[in-house]
Amino acid sequence: MPYIPHTHSDVELMLEAIGVDDIEALFDEIPGDLSEERSSALSSGLSELEMMLRMQERASRDEGNLCFLGAGCYDHHIPAAVWDIASRGEFMTAYTPYQAEASQGTLQLIYEYQSMMTQLTAMDVSNASVYDGASGLAEAILMAVRSNKSNKSGKVLYAEALNPVYLSATNTIISSQGIELERLPIESNGVLVINKKADQAPAAVVIQQPNFFGRLEQVDEITNWAHSQGALVIAVVNPMSLGVLKPPGLWGDDGVDIACGDGQPLGIPMSSGGPSFGFICCKSKFVRQIPGRVVGKTEDLDGQPGYALTLQAREQHIRRGKATSNICTNQGLLVTAGTIYLSLLGAKGLRETAIKSHQNTNYLREKLLQLPGVEDEYPGPVFNEFVVRLPVDVNELVALMTEQNILAGLPIERVADEGGVVRNKLLVAVTEKRTEQEMDRYLDVFSNVLGELST
Amino acid sequence: MSEVPLELGYAATHEWAKQDEEGLIVVGISDHAQDALGDIVYVELPEVGQQIVAGEEAGVVESVKAASDIYAPVSGAVEEINEGLEDSPETVNQDPYGDGWFFKLKVTDERELDDLLDADAYQELCESEDQ
Repeated sequence: MPYIPHTHSDVELMLEAIGVDDIEALFDEIPGDLSEERSSALSSGLSELEMMLRMQERASRDEGNLCFLGAGCYDHHIPAAVWDIASRGEFMTAYTPYQAEASQGTLQLIYEYQSMMTQLTAMDVSNASVYDGASGLAEAILMAVRSNKSNKSGKVLYAEALNPVYLSATNTIISSQGIELERLPIESNGVLVINKKADQAPAAVVIQQPNFFGRLEQVDEITNWAHSQGALVIAVVNPMSLGVLKPPGLWGDDGVDIACGDGQPLGIPMSSGGPSFGFICCKSKFVRQIPGRVVGKTEDLDGQPGYALTLQAREQHIRRGKATSNICTNQGLLVTAGTIYLSLLGAKGLRETAIKSHQNTNYLREKLLQLPGVEDEYPGPVFNEFVVRLPVDVNELVALMTEQNILAGLPIERVADEGGVVRNKLLVAVTEKRTEQEMDRYLDVFSNVLGELST
Repeated sequence: MSEVPLELGYAATHEWAKQDEEGLIVVGISDHAQDALGDIVYVELPEVGQQIVAGEEAGVVESVKAASDIYAPVSGAVEEINEGLEDSPETVNQDPYGDGWFFKLKVTDERELDDLLDADAYQELCESEDQ
């Protein structure tokens, strides 16, 4: 049997069976002006050689730079064993297998992943992962609105210092679902301060910790406040930060209802921004609204442990148009890497990595603020990242430092609307990977470029 | 052969309805339906106070095999839901016409009850579906 799903004769046979002349006739419902012969956005393609040359050229641009870029994707050390194991043929799969129970090893791995994520977040349940942090947030919002049955407002509040890329992706996904996102402005120190009752009870409140600017939000107060308004609380968290920070399941008096985020810090290379994996965890009472797959542990007829996909009745292949989500898979390979990463580091290793990242961040922040004209945009405690305001054009500084093979950080104005005001704010990330020597080199070059641009 | 009590009214979508002593209409799913679904693991019920319309979705029954909508056999306001099903959904399998009831309605128009199938007609429907 050829391993080609639709040979010409297969197609002919199927068309004949349903009494249709050609495949195009199956798309008759689509109005003519919406169909295009070929998407104009797609080129006609490259040969293998041309493609390899182009990709090598692009990949080379990532090489040899000292990275202080973050904004949701971080340059942590990845032990060689992580991808050595993850790339083995037994693990090398993009998704949950279609005949899932035939792949007990894959299911066990996902089960272990779910167990680790629930421990890390202090939540009851984890799904088998979603695409990335942004899709995780969008799904968490849809899930919260479905779950909060006593609130039909469709209104979701979010703290302003939410990752703007997540916000944009979320808007794309939820905009046609009758959900309205409303921003809660931050104070001048970069965090949210809650001081009044919401005008209209929201269905959910989204809070990111650490926030997009690296600042630590007052998550206990915000969680309690949101619950007092009848809202569900969605936490967006950096899993690395949970090595040192309080897990979302313990925020406030009752913990958050849904926790989500991006798994990239857990052994996933930056790869120019993706792919990574997203996670969603929740309290057990919302488990039937969690999107995607969940692997459960059970016993077979002989009393042996076995793993199975569970709660599938909510998914698309059974529930069709009424499924909880259009996500009916997971990020198999990247979750494999993340699980191996967590297993290798353990709770202690994760904590040490987080602490070292934090110490490095504080070191660089302190030194950077000693340079003339460099100001602390959002004073207060941070994790992994911080924002400085520069006395010079931030884009020029970044360009000049890149020439010296240093990725200085992210100019905030490239991702967030600052109301037309030029603030020259730079978001700088520091991980455990940066040596003191590297940080001193950063400071040296930064100082020189600053001097150059100031004259 | 599934049980089809004579005193109940049935919808073609396999819900049953009967009037209780207080005049409320109790709704559940038939023995035939619970048998076809298999082990029921979760029941999603409407909310008390919710207005539901005959023929429209009023909840979901989830079994190990499938998740199926429950349709309201008659229109009305939900007066009471069977909260016991949250922790013991298997009651629907064990006692579909008794403790496995889903919700009670205060009906808008009692004449809608006349539109339901009687036991004989429902039995016939089930038999034709089984073939």
